[in-house]
Amino acid sequence: MADYGQIDSVTIAPELPARAPEPVAERGESLFARHVSEFMRAPGAVGGLVVLVALVLTAVFAPWIAPQNPYDLSQLDIMDNVLKPGEKLGSGITAWLGTDDQGRDMLSAIIYGLRISLAVGASSVLIACAIGASIGVLAAYAGGRVESVVMRIVDLQLSFPAILVALVLLAVFGRGVDKVVLALVIVQWAYYARTVRGSALVEKRREYIEAARCLALPKPRVVFRHLLPNCLPPLIVVATVQVGHAIALESTLSFLGVGVPVTEPSLGMLIAHGYNYLLSGKYWISTFPGVALVIAIVAINLVGDRLRDVLNPRLAR
Amino acid sequence: MSAEASSLPSPQGRGTQGGRAMTPILSVRDLVVTFAIREGVVTAVNGVSFDVHRGEVLGLVGESGSGKSVTGLAILGLVDAPGRIEAGSIRLEGEELIGKPERELRRLRGKRLAMIFQDPMTTLNPVLRIDTQMIEAIRAHENVSEKAARDRARQALLKVGIPSPEERLTAYPHQFSGGMRQRVAIATALLHRPAVLVADEPTTALDVTIQAQILAEVQELAAESGTAMVWITHDLSVIAGLADRIAVMYAGRIVETGAVADVLERPIHPYTAGLIGSVPSRNKRGVPLAQIPGMTPSLAKVPPACPFNPRCPRASVTCRTIMPEPTPYDGARMARCHHPLIEQAPAAA
Amino acid sequence: MLVYLIRRIGQSLLVVAVMATLVFLAMYAVGDPVDILASPDADEFERRAIAQRLGLDRPLWEQFGIFVWNALHGDLGRSFVYNVPAVDVILQRLPATLELALAGLVFSILIGIPLGVLAGLKPNSLIGRSVMSGSILGFSLPNFWIGLMLILLFAVELRWLPAGGRGPTTSVLGLHFALFTWDGLKHLLLPALTLALYKSALVIRIAQAGTREVMLQDYIRFARAKGLSSRRIVLVHVLKNILIPVVTVLGLELGSMIAFAVVTETVFAYPGMGKLLIDSINRLDRPIIVAYLMLTVVIFVIINLIVDLLYAAIDPRVRLSEAKG
Repeated sequence: MADYGQIDSVTIAPELPARAPEPVAERGESLFARHVSEFMRAPGAVGGLVVLVALVLTAVFAPWIAPQNPYDLSQLDIMDNVLKPGEKLGSGITAWLGTDDQGRDMLSAIIYGLRISLAVGASSVLIACAIGASIGVLAAYAGGRVESVVMRIVDLQLSFPAILVALVLLAVFGRGVDKVVLALVIVQWAYYARTVRGSALVEKRREYIEAARCLALPKPRVVFRHLLPNCLPPLIVVATVQVGHAIALESTLSFLGVGVPVTEPSLGMLIAHGYNYLLSGKYWISTFPGVALVIAIVAINLVGDRLRDVLNPRLAR
Repeated sequence: MSAEASSLPSPQGRGTQGGRAMTPILSVRDLVVTFAIREGVVTAVNGVSFDVHRGEVLGLVGESGSGKSVTGLAILGLVDAPGRIEAGSIRLEGEELIGKPERELRRLRGKRLAMIFQDPMTTLNPVLRIDTQMIEAIRAHENVSEKAARDRARQALLKVGIPSPEERLTAYPHQFSGGMRQRVAIATALLHRPAVLVADEPTTALDVTIQAQILAEVQELAAESGTAMVWITHDLSVIAGLADRIAVMYAGRIVETGAVADVLERPIHPYTAGLIGSVPSRNKRGVPLAQIPGMTPSLAKVPPACPFNPRCPRASVTCRTIMPEPTPYDGARMARCHHPLIEQAPAAA
Repeated sequence: MLVYLIRRIGQSLLVVAVMATLVFLAMYAVGDPVDILASPDADEFERRAIAQRLGLDRPLWEQFGIFVWNALHGDLGRSFVYNVPAVDVILQRLPATLELALAGLVFSILIGIPLGVLAGLKPNSLIGRSVMSGSILGFSLPNFWIGLMLILLFAVELRWLPAGGRGPTTSVLGLHFALFTWDGLKHLLLPALTLALYKSALVIRIAQAGTREVMLQDYIRFARAKGLSSRRIVLVHVLKNILIPVVTVLGLELGSMIAFAVVTETVFAYPGMGKLLIDSINRLDRPIIVAYLMLTVVIFVIINLIVDLLYAAIDPRVRLSEAKG
């Protein structure tokens, strides 16, 4: 949504504005505890957190939780194909969410799909965050031409929709989980660079950075040990919400057929798969993976929204 | 000058004392306004009573947070949530306003009751032209043509001393200076010759020279249309030249009222005396300005009994335990104080 | 003002140039088009002939020069699949996508502004809170899945609306639009609604925040003191103020609507440029991809430019400062 610099003042940024968090030195255990108790005051966010933890655990322990391994062909029976939710598979397992065209139990497929969706979302955000934050803080610290060139690139990239950029990248790269992650990293780093640069600019002028400079500490040390940690709170908020976006983006790309390969189907892939059956009223193949996706994304957003309130003193009054 | 002892729910007959028998144009009785905030319920206006007569100017004086602005808003029925008019009565020309449906209140606002605000930079909508904002004010109350309304708007601008009003009508607020904007606001407020104009520190944000001009203009216009004014300010020097009577507010209550000359020359309440003492003046040159020690109490924790007691040089145990009641004094004055500065015996209640 | 205009246009041209370079590098430097063009059993001689015909044997900078030169003449290559100029294929699909994006824009305004203003007027009421929670959903839910669910509900279960495709078109000024027939509108409804969902959530947020802020301003108080009806206050005083951020953002978002149309068009099998892009990616029809990207970049840049100028026109304060500057 950024443009080329002329109307910055009117651009309504949904992202966090630059803000001034308290220096790290001032926060101790008590502050962390206060954040936790503050967070717990919102029942919606706590619910979101519980759901999120449950989903992550389900994804991690998928092989022990899922009724069948949907990608072990020996466990599949083509006779079980497109069963309605609640019908029994030949093996005696009840397919609570129905089966797909190859006789796969949808519940199991969703649990495994969740695994891939969450992994792609989380890993792309972690990598993009590390890269973007480093670039952002370095740009802010360096200032001058370096900063303006970096920020121009950030603005330019952010002015094009993530979905389009990712689509083109994947068209060039080809399919694959690693390639999806790479594409998601490339479309996301700019958010973090902008967020961190915003708070770093504020932090840079503070006394403790001045002090660190006066001590003639090596530059990387000032930037990464002093400046960056103080820019973390807004970054955490953006990153949390961004995990939800990354998952949605991945599922969209997979739905469009440029994302993960058929052998490693994410939730988006499952939905795309059920698309062909939707029109004949066999709704469950597309609907239930979508519901899982929606639950995951909503849970992440609830947590992210609350984090924003807790970590941003200006909004928290 | 009215003889109605302000803030006293006195029997009708005493009104004749000063030679004016008519009922007041605006009569506020025991007004209570509360705000429900996170910390609890705060009483911003606590039992305020006063009268204003036709053509009269009442100066409502107090520090910020004393409840004077909220009182002004309450008169127009513009107290917004979390604020609430808890109790009391506000009568305009004998007609009760509190509890009136919003529809009917709206018909009175701008027509019989008008208000102007402190900051002229923010009272006009920045994205609407002056003519739009004035014409809508006329057409909200009178079924006149666009053209007729425009003519009236132009005349109104001319009256408040805005040159070439025809051009200025099509301008946007940001093209005006602060003083000009306040003139536009005043012209707009007086379009319907209201019975009462509530002015909430309209000159505070202006340069002193402009302030004087605008005061003079408003006074003239109000006199011309017979509009009574409630002039809210913290600036006693403005009141001295403008108001007929004065009501001093402190922590949500009126602590003293009376004719301007009486109150300014012989204050009864130590708080009024303190306010007068802190105004710079010619005959006290070289002497350090007096200050009232301490701060205006936060409305969330008003001191018990007389709210002024922690800052008052005359405070005694009584002041900390018993709330002083409104007591009438000679010359249609009233004050709430256990230790008044005037030793004269209170008039019989 | 003229200086400002020229500077803005200069910036826009620079962006187009940068993007053209990136697109060129991405599409021509990565991968070998000959692989796709030549038949699998082609020998080295045939492959070289194709490379020569496409100018692929020349140095990169020269290829780039040719690409730029041709692009400046409106030639972005021939589609491998349709064997006609790529730009023609795209332009043929453009009206369908524009129609969809505009309908989506209209929907997001019709949904977003009333709900946002309502939520802004009563931020603590049940309805205000529900609207804001709903907008979070609109933001975060995957668009394509919402589209599928709409198909399931309105096309499969209720059978009220068609599940996909574009209705009959009528020719207006040589372009084909489906907007003017009932059937065409019926086909447009679900895709436009799906496309509008995200944007209406955005509009709700901006309108709500704007309304809340404006309602606290002294000029609203003064407007009420003038005795204006709440109707007039909301419809004129509030709306005109919040229109500035809404128009700015929506204008900028028109471009992203065209981009999002890629997803919506795929879900609804809607024959616009977005579906063409996905098909071309799957068929490795690179000239189409390049043409699409270049066209999108140009559209984005033009939209940014228009929004800037429009913004200056709406807000009298900007107009003045720009005129001075």
